[in-house]
Amino acid sequence: MILAIAMGAAAGVISGLLGVGGGILFVPALTLVLSLSQVRAEATSLLAIIPVALVGAARQYRYGNVRLRDGAVIGALSALGVLGGVALANVLPERALKLGFAVVSLAVAAQFVRRFFRARNTMGGDAQSR
Amino acid sequence: MPAARTFKLAVTGTTAGLFSGLFGVGGGTVIVPLLVLWLGYDERDATGTSLAAIFVIAAIATIAQGAYGNVHIVKGLLVGIPAVGGVLAGTWLQQRVRTDVIGLLFALLLVAVAVDLVVS
Repeated sequence: MILAIAMGAAAGVISGLLGVGGGILFVPALTLVLSLSQVRAEATSLLAIIPVALVGAARQYRYGNVRLRDGAVIGALSALGVLGGVALANVLPERALKLGFAVVSLAVAAQFVRRFFRARNTMGGDAQSR
Repeated sequence: MPAARTFKLAVTGTTAGLFSGLFGVGGGTVIVPLLVLWLGYDERDATGTSLAAIFVIAAIATIAQGAYGNVHIVKGLLVGIPAVGGVLAGTWLQQRVRTDVIGLLFALLLVAVAVDLVVS
């Protein structure tokens, strides 16, 4: 239980620090540390995302960065996709889900590697170019 | 709201929902670039608006996964509620550390996770 709390807090720190969503961290934390199966870790990660997104959205709203109507429309119209995705996650073999998640993890990793080299180039060269 | 714009928001929502339901993530990886490239958002508004959308998407997806009996409520809350405190600490730290270096280390961690998923 203490491990779960620590994992959650650590995932939150990285999430706030780097601006990534919680899910990319919650899912491996739930499989590796709390030994859930891939589909159960994904399902449980979704629940864990709710408070994080709520607090994050409220903060961003105060800063004037949320276009509430667009956000609500995207959210409401996501339902069909969500149901399809959840149904798929429940019929696909565990192995396929794991491989899919590995691809998503690598894509996010590539984003950070690009960001690192862009930041280095900016510092070394024209500081205005960002 | 013009029909073309609603259509774009609907495509964004459906794609993000599919991604979220399939992988157990919020869908920000999909929403932010679509808002920037397709709907002319700046990065800041895209991130803020995507968080509001993710709240709704994650709630719908949790209910859907709950119907399959896959959601561990106690484990989810044990991870999710401390994460809120973590996010606040992380946002505070953001101004004080080299985020590009930490991002690179995080990328290594993600590669390790991916390798583990493939070989396990």
